Amino acid sequence: MTEEKNISEAFPGQVHPTAGGGILVTKLDEVINWARANSLWPLVFGTSCCAIEMMSTAAAKYDWSRFGFEVARATPRQADVIIIAGTIVNKMAPVLKRLYDQMADPKYVIAMGACATSGGPFFYNTYSVVKGADHVIPVDVYIAGCPPRPEALLHALITLQEKIKSGATREQIKNS
Amino acid sequence: MKIKITEIFPSSTFEEGGEWLTFLVEPLNWKTVAQQLRSTDGFDFDYLFCVTCVDWKTHFTMVYHLTSTTYRHTIVVKSKLDRNNPEIETVSDIWRTAEFHEREAYDLFGVKFLNHPDLRRLFMTDDWKGWPLRKDYEDPINMIKL
Repeated sequence: MTEEKNISEAFPGQVHPTAGGGILVTKLDEVINWARANSLWPLVFGTSCCAIEMMSTAAAKYDWSRFGFEVARATPRQADVIIIAGTIVNKMAPVLKRLYDQMADPKYVIAMGACATSGGPFFYNTYSVVKGADHVIPVDVYIAGCPPRPEALLHALITLQEKIKSGATREQIKNS
Repeated sequence: MKIKITEIFPSSTFEEGGEWLTFLVEPLNWKTVAQQLRSTDGFDFDYLFCVTCVDWKTHFTMVYHLTSTTYRHTIVVKSKLDRNNPEIETVSDIWRTAEFHEREAYDLFGVKFLNHPDLRRLFMTDDWKGWPLRKDYEDPINMIKL
């Protein structure tokens, strides 16, 4: 276990202390992934009840800024990750697509809750809900729950961080 | 207390069980009853806080929830409508909030409100065909039948 690359290590690379500072020996990709994963700024995007759980994750008790999600930007131009918290209806789908297009690379998507994953409780017999946010934009992490508990959202955020550090998100596979 | 009041004025109406005092009204009499509820002194129902429509498969029922801000009592008025031709008088000149609520009932159920100042769709796009919240609404593109 210790011989394999341990993704959840504190810092990828070794520092050799020499006189006058130190020499860092690492791979650039790993450092970039580590840096990106540890400071993902989420976009304020909550349409429905999952937004309440997202707000409570951002609040004092289950703080997500411990993990680097310090500022939740309201503008997609400055955000890294969009957490789709809530139901996507037919009228909202083009708005979501536009927000996603406005985000700068590298961008990641988390589909929170049952509605964003697959339409949720509105899968049958509704005329207006998009059956899953991945009909509109590509999603990296799905969270189950209606609504998922704040611990579940934190687990998904940590999973996204590990996914980025190991180079497995859609962005990274596309660009490699 | 409330039962005495409703028996005095609109004396030809019926009541049922429920959380608030509920009574039924014919759609033809609705406008006059609404005027009386708003203007008579003991009632003073000046806050219409909910207008909904319920689709029983044989008929519709319009439900109006009224409360008084001065006396703090609440009353519910129900009115049965014919399914094939659901029309009722608008109350948007008595309670202005009914303009939007009746547009919603029109959009989703197809209930026509006579003399409504601006009856058009509210939620769906303007060229949507059909009344989505009816029980017999079919939408092969979006709806997946359970």
